[in-house]
Amino acid sequence: MSEAVIHDDHNDHHDHKPTGIGRWLFSTNHKDIGTMYLVFALIMFFIGGAMAMVIRAELFQPGLQFVDPQFFNSMTTVHALVMIFGAVMPAGVGLANWMIPMMIGAPDMAMPRMNNMSFWILPFAFTLLLSTFFMQGGAPAGGWTMYPPLVLQLGDGFPFLIFAVHFLGISSIMGAINIIATVFNMRAPGMTFMRLPLFVWTWIITAFLLIAAMPVLAGAVTMLLTDKFFGTAFFDAAGGGDPVLFQHVFWFFGHPEVYILVLPSFGIISQIIPTFARKPLFGYASMVYATASIAFLSFFVWAHHMFTVGMPLAGELFFMYATMAIAVPTGVKVFNWTATMWKGSMTFETPMLFSIGVLFMFTLGGFSGLMMGITPVDFQYHDTYFIVAHFHYVLVPGIVFGIVGGVYYWLPKWTGHMYDETLGKWHFWTSTISVNILFFPMHFIGLAGMPRRIPDYSTQFTDWNMIISIGGFAFGLSQLILVWVVIKCIRGGEKATDEVWEGAHGLEFTLSSPPPFHSFTTPPEVTDATAHS
Amino acid sequence: MSVDKLKQTVLGLIAVSLFLVSGAVLAEFPLNLTEGVTPTSHKVYELHMTILYIVTVIGIAVFSVMAWSIFHHRKSKGAVAAQFHHSTTAEIIWTIIPILILVGMAIPATKTLVFMEKTSDAEMTLKVTGYQWKWKYDYLDEGISFFSALAEEDNSARQRDSGIDPATIDNYLKNVDNPIVLPVDTKIRILTTAADVIHSWWVPALGWKRDAIPGFINDNWTYIEEPGVYRGKCTELCGKDHGFMPIVVHAVSKEEYAVWVEEQKAIQLAAADGANREWSKDELLEKGKSIYSANCASCHQANGNGVEGLFPALNGSAIVNGPAKDMINLILNGKNLMPAFKEQLNDTDIAAVITHERNSWDNTAKDIVQPADVKAAR
Repeated sequence: MSEAVIHDDHNDHHDHKPTGIGRWLFSTNHKDIGTMYLVFALIMFFIGGAMAMVIRAELFQPGLQFVDPQFFNSMTTVHALVMIFGAVMPAGVGLANWMIPMMIGAPDMAMPRMNNMSFWILPFAFTLLLSTFFMQGGAPAGGWTMYPPLVLQLGDGFPFLIFAVHFLGISSIMGAINIIATVFNMRAPGMTFMRLPLFVWTWIITAFLLIAAMPVLAGAVTMLLTDKFFGTAFFDAAGGGDPVLFQHVFWFFGHPEVYILVLPSFGIISQIIPTFARKPLFGYASMVYATASIAFLSFFVWAHHMFTVGMPLAGELFFMYATMAIAVPTGVKVFNWTATMWKGSMTFETPMLFSIGVLFMFTLGGFSGLMMGITPVDFQYHDTYFIVAHFHYVLVPGIVFGIVGGVYYWLPKWTGHMYDETLGKWHFWTSTISVNILFFPMHFIGLAGMPRRIPDYSTQFTDWNMIISIGGFAFGLSQLILVWVVIKCIRGGEKATDEVWEGAHGLEFTLSSPPPFHSFTTPPEVTDATAHS
Repeated sequence: MSVDKLKQTVLGLIAVSLFLVSGAVLAEFPLNLTEGVTPTSHKVYELHMTILYIVTVIGIAVFSVMAWSIFHHRKSKGAVAAQFHHSTTAEIIWTIIPILILVGMAIPATKTLVFMEKTSDAEMTLKVTGYQWKWKYDYLDEGISFFSALAEEDNSARQRDSGIDPATIDNYLKNVDNPIVLPVDTKIRILTTAADVIHSWWVPALGWKRDAIPGFINDNWTYIEEPGVYRGKCTELCGKDHGFMPIVVHAVSKEEYAVWVEEQKAIQLAAADGANREWSKDELLEKGKSIYSANCASCHQANGNGVEGLFPALNGSAIVNGPAKDMINLILNGKNLMPAFKEQLNDTDIAAVITHERNSWDNTAKDIVQPADVKAAR
């Protein structure tokens, strides 16, 4: 009670927020930091996207027309690093920052200053990474997976790559600690764990994955650093090491990382689908358990990324079975979302369209994933365009669509204005059509034998590659619509109600649109009836 | 007027669609995995198709339910939302059924994997070593050994702005100077390893790929059932020219293979002899030129000017114009990004390429280096 009184005293200071550049540089406010994360992610999305356009331009026809092979390899390498660590992860953290305090009935994140630091590390980390383009030896070109001994051949950019990865890891771990501390300590009265919105649940689990996985990556790249500069031989057979050890350590990070990327997207569509189906989420408890099982299993499947290194039969069988097992909880989630739509009363605003896109196309990526989990056939699929098709289906229409859907869903809440629905639908349909032209034929050329990470290819793949490139350019252009919609929505538009959507539930929709600077200054009371949309 | 316009439009449309149809007929759209020519590749293909059919059926079922719901349970059709949110029975069913399907997939997968991993009882052994950016093949039982790199013609065409249309080259980027010859109906053990970075040896028709890892040896096997030419590629990113180190296998009858082995042995003897005699400048220059374009030009460039910031110029270089001994040592042992060539090139090759470099472009050391000099430096 006494706390509530103190908060009331401060109420009249609400609009006295810092102004100018200082508001952003020194921000400790979860909404401002969330906004910065999202804007940063969008900028990185376009930088990484520009690199993808270079790749698709070079692959438009056989022969080398625009770039040299070394630069091409830098494009594929840095495209991946920028998209994973610069676009998708920060976008996820940005949404968490904005939404988690509002969803659990808290005024802000538990550790606001650390929140500021974890964001402001990012621009420095990417300055380090991108500055390597101007160095002797060029930007990293050994693949985002940084396998030695190849990565050790990188020139002056090498330590910059390693330290950029270290910084990104530190930023992610701080973000994860903050999210866990916030959810564990700052839930409103009555907001028990089993009443948390699914988005919050998926983020707690993601945060634990981050804390467990990022230090492993830091360890792996530190060993690369000492191998290069301090005479160790962790990954050099001549000194008693093993290059494959790096792959084991890297993928022990790398597979949980896959779920770090995808779980927030699962969380987002678990919020959106019930809203637009006007029906509660089907199987809430099983969704939570399925998410936790996926996260747990993700630590036991890393070697399916490296079946071709030559493991003992028993090892190959173990990792094959473990990988297949992940299909079960993932299937449960897909069935639950379908059952949520079943006998609902659906409308198809842009967030719902993007969520349905995730449902269809993530499932498609899941099927190709299952195929590659089968070790003997993976010996054929491995390192071809089939895997490129698989992980892009999971990452783009599976994850990016989820994030974009979340942005459309909460944009009216953030800005107080409705976005332009017509433009949003244009964005969805142009993206969906082009993304399939871009990635679906990659299955075919992969099966037919086109390896990944090559700047030039045999002429039998020419026609598909042209089609793929056209899809790629169209997808890239379609994303400009998103920028247009967001800017338009910030500048004005129809006034959004507090509830925003007819079927919306959850604490964030009890606040005004836009919400007050310090979300909940008085904790709301949560009952079983108000939880579980 | 309007009728004419209509006619024109219709004719135009017909022309465009004819063009599109003919384009589609001419165009090449490969779709699926190769069935291959080994027992392994047949099993892998079958497994691939089985799983593809299973996931297609599951996909059609799941997507149909979603689509049905999307079309029928919409507010605009007056659907009223039900409020159920749980069903233990349904959840048990859709946990158990996938588990059963997965077990059904795991059984043939396990059988195939066990079959593939049986590398014992091979009749001959081929050792494959990956180099940046070519392959070395050692026939361990016959003592035959050679390098295999991208063929000259493909290599010229793939240079940036070469002006050569890749479509004019058959099997563009899948031709090599020295193909591997292997007998059919023979169980062949194939060992993979590498000399510098990790590569991966993949011939799709054989049904598998396996990484070539420096310092380690992986063993694999194959049994080719049909004579023919089978082409493959390196499939692990191995640096700048990763896309340009193809594999070509000529599978021939056992008799033809025996003839080929004898030929190769004779060629290797002659090459070993060459190192013991004096070479004339013209001979060295001629040989050096081809060694240079196969081994050096991809980094130091055909004009010897290198790539600024990445690969030093040989034209006017202090090392190339300095004492020949330092140059021999550098080529034998490598430096930074430059690989050690002592395993890759024989004494004659190194002597020839050094002579070529010291006599080319604006370089002033116009002397010659003999194979014996290289031999002495090893």
